[in-house]
Amino acid sequence: MPPTPNAAIAVDDLVVHRGGRPVLDGVSTQIAAGTVTGLLGPSGSGKTTFIRAVVGTQKVKSGAVTVLGHPAGTKPLRSRVAYVTQDASIYPDLSVRANVAYFAALYGRSRSEAMGAIERVGMGDHADKLAANLSGGQKTRTSLACALVIEPEVLVLDEPTVGLDPVIREELWDQFRGLAKQGATLLVSSHVMDEADRCDRLLLLREGRFIADDTPADLRAATGAANLEAAFLHLIRELEKAN
Amino acid sequence: MSLRITFITAGRILRQLLNDHRTVVLILAVPSLMIALISAIMDAAPQVFDTVGLILLAFFPFMMMFMITSITLLRERTGGTLERLMTTPTGKLDLVCGYAIAFGAAAAAQTVIAASVAYLFLGLETAGPAWAVFLIAIVASLFGMALGLFVSAFATTEFQAIQFMPVFVVPQLLLCGLIWPRDQMAGWLQGVSDALPVTYAVKALTEVQVNTEVTAAMWGNLAVVAAAVLVATALGAATLRRRTN
Repeated sequence: MPPTPNAAIAVDDLVVHRGGRPVLDGVSTQIAAGTVTGLLGPSGSGKTTFIRAVVGTQKVKSGAVTVLGHPAGTKPLRSRVAYVTQDASIYPDLSVRANVAYFAALYGRSRSEAMGAIERVGMGDHADKLAANLSGGQKTRTSLACALVIEPEVLVLDEPTVGLDPVIREELWDQFRGLAKQGATLLVSSHVMDEADRCDRLLLLREGRFIADDTPADLRAATGAANLEAAFLHLIRELEKAN
Repeated sequence: MSLRITFITAGRILRQLLNDHRTVVLILAVPSLMIALISAIMDAAPQVFDTVGLILLAFFPFMMMFMITSITLLRERTGGTLERLMTTPTGKLDLVCGYAIAFGAAAAAQTVIAASVAYLFLGLETAGPAWAVFLIAIVASLFGMALGLFVSAFATTEFQAIQFMPVFVVPQLLLCGLIWPRDQMAGWLQGVSDALPVTYAVKALTEVQVNTEVTAAMWGNLAVVAAAVLVATALGAATLRRRTN
């Protein structure tokens, strides 16, 4: 599959093995710039592995991952791609402000920009708290602020909304949509189906393979299902019948 | 490598350390207390204390840097921040040098306090200048850092990292000539001792102890320790992987 010209992320026949077992078994996709793509699938389906391959921290067996025209994880991408891991990757012995200011500084961003990112994730009132003393959701938001502050062209988020207050979840999704509108490309993994409708495109991952790569509306239309949960189930049953 | 990112990283690591008040107090006070204890034990033989106290002045920063580097870096590896940093413009050398600067500053503060206590209050005497002792202690501490960096790759928990202490630190203490003269050890043990960098730090200290002027032999021995720092740092940096399984 030749990369489409406006693909921000192009994955071609990616194979990842872990412990001798295939985790990703030849997946390919094109993710257009300025879109929000949802990566859905049950836990253990390979979502995190796929995401790590896109940011270039995953050892791969074969296949190619190209981001903004460069091989994933290479030097030119390190100031343009931001990655938010599933478990908040922040320093527990630093305050929220110090954490975000540190990651901001690595990209030449100022302390006031760091404070802006903290406000945007709704952590302004907790800026001086040590990260160790935060709740799980607050840690996630701090980790997110560390990525938002650099205004990345590609933002890769691994289950960013787990355990968050519905109001904050709503606000974050609005921000993700806003970033895409400004031209950023977002890849967001989730196992919550109700978030899928907020994406421009969905990748459904199951047992290391994509079983769907489509828009939410087309996915519903193709399966005749009322919601995406049902559409996903429908696809799995079809596959099982075919085997 | 970027000097700017190196200093940003060093600042972050120092801030982490300073936020942990109890560790700061332990780092600054414990070596002085230990050396005071040794001095009290050897009250009847001040010339023995001159040797033992002097060696400990370099050994404590070495041991402390080994411990705090191996554990801090292990946390960085297991906490996901290392993986995150590997996706930022931070280079491996930026990170390693950031650690060296931050913990090197901690080792310097520790050594200044311990050396002041030893020289001013415990009657430590050396023929050579105190600044040479300080320099040797700093280089030894950087070796501890580099070794801790390397070793952190082989530990998966903090509990394991602590267990590496007796493996990597204690043999160097036992064989460096502190508890038994090297020339009275079995030949093969002298061979092992010759291969351990801390031995050369002790040789350099001995030069400062007996000569009023700084000798070429001191510089030579110090250069061996400095070379060991570079080798261990390179090995440690090689364990920082951008791509993992």
